[in-house]
Amino acid sequence: MKWGGVVSFFASEHAMRAERVLERAGLPARLVPGPREVSPNCGVAVAFRWEDEPKVEEALQSKKIRYEAIHPYELDDEEGTGSARVLTGEKA
Amino acid sequence: VADLTTQADIYLDNAATSWPKPPVVLEAIQEFFANAGGNVGRAGHRRSIESSRRVSLARERLADLIGAETPDEVIFTKNATEGLNLAILGLAPEGGRIVTTSLEHNSVMRPLRHLEETGRCTLEVVEADGNSGAIDLDEWGAALRRGGWCLAVATHASNVTGALLPIEAMAQRAVAADVPIVVDASQSAGHIPLDVAALGASAVAMPGHKGLLGPSGTGVLYLAPGVDVPPLIRGGTGSQSELETQPDFVPDKYESGTHNAMGIVGLGAAAGYLAEVGVDNVYVRLTELTQRFRDGLARVEGVVVYGPDDPAKSIGIVSLNVEGIPCATVSRFLDDESRIMTRAGLHCSPAAHRSLGTAPEGTVRFSWGFDTTDEQIDAAVEALRSIAARRVETAGARA
Repeated sequence: MKWGGVVSFFASEHAMRAERVLERAGLPARLVPGPREVSPNCGVAVAFRWEDEPKVEEALQSKKIRYEAIHPYELDDEEGTGSARVLTGEKA
Repeated sequence: VADLTTQADIYLDNAATSWPKPPVVLEAIQEFFANAGGNVGRAGHRRSIESSRRVSLARERLADLIGAETPDEVIFTKNATEGLNLAILGLAPEGGRIVTTSLEHNSVMRPLRHLEETGRCTLEVVEADGNSGAIDLDEWGAALRRGGWCLAVATHASNVTGALLPIEAMAQRAVAADVPIVVDASQSAGHIPLDVAALGASAVAMPGHKGLLGPSGTGVLYLAPGVDVPPLIRGGTGSQSELETQPDFVPDKYESGTHNAMGIVGLGAAAGYLAEVGVDNVYVRLTELTQRFRDGLARVEGVVVYGPDDPAKSIGIVSLNVEGIPCATVSRFLDDESRIMTRAGLHCSPAAHRSLGTAPEGTVRFSWGFDTTDEQIDAAVEALRSIAARRVETAGARA
């Protein structure tokens, strides 16, 4: 899966909850190690498809999940390893 | 170490800690170590993330079970005592007053007496009836309105007799007087439906290992939105590692150091089990068992029973004494002869026993759980009949 954005959080608890909330809302999402330049806070971020961005924001806000910021950020799940690879490494 | 696995125990000490736990608790802990096992919130690797996911799900289940609006209001503690200390010390009105009841456990009373002894607050204890749980609401309200900076602290149910206090009305009086209230739900959580948001309390503390059916070493502190108190301890949280000061956001602010992840995961599974069973059904079952025990005891001579006459006004506890036999001896007879486990003594609540007139010796406390059977209750009644008859014989022989 090619992800186009990540959400960063203050607490990892909120990243876990966000992943659950997005999945329940039918929005593909995946916890990834937080890219350093995006999130210095809790170590993990939630990747999502950029075309879902408005829905992601809405879902997080409706469930009162505290997040730090939403960033466009290209990541690709490497085949076979399940880990995420930074494509651009550039923060918008 | 004795092997107790093959014996027909009758465990009636659920008010101390519940036993047995639902099988899902152990299954969840085993699953945790198989598929997770990393440190919660400390790394981006899969075992850390899997641990974090499970703890987060447990927090959500607990929030749903107790009626919190969001999981952010659920703080994991190591027991109810830690939660009570955090809330009481954090909300203590420096130079002001604390109003509480005479039925409090030492987990409330000792922090309060400490605040009093160190001159930080004065303490007013409003008398509540240990047998019925009744408290004069006008007196309670008047104490709250006496002026100055004030905090209220009250238990939901007596751990000695199981008597329920009118906690909703007490909380309403506190809210009306603009006084924050801390509620000790140690005996009620998981035994009677709880809706923390509707209650209006600033904080509600509960153990994970009693009515909530989780492992020991777990507790939950509900902190209402907007309640901002200092943490009890500070340290690593896995977040904001570049800062040498404590994070100011929940839950990290209050959860320093590595979590009791396996305990929390077990507690989360127990909360899921309780949601399935329905805490209202637990309450109905406990009430039936209390009724059955009291009905049985009504036909036994020489037993004095404490607590509400109406079993629906209690939560699965009956305290009693056998006339002329020390409570510790009765408890030992029950275990030695019938494998019936109870707790004798003051149950960490000296003031409650003074209210019952059972200090300093105390009582024998019987406390059941959802899985306690009618047959176990009947066996306890018969064992008490045998012990009480023995006393009559002894008295007769002496005469």
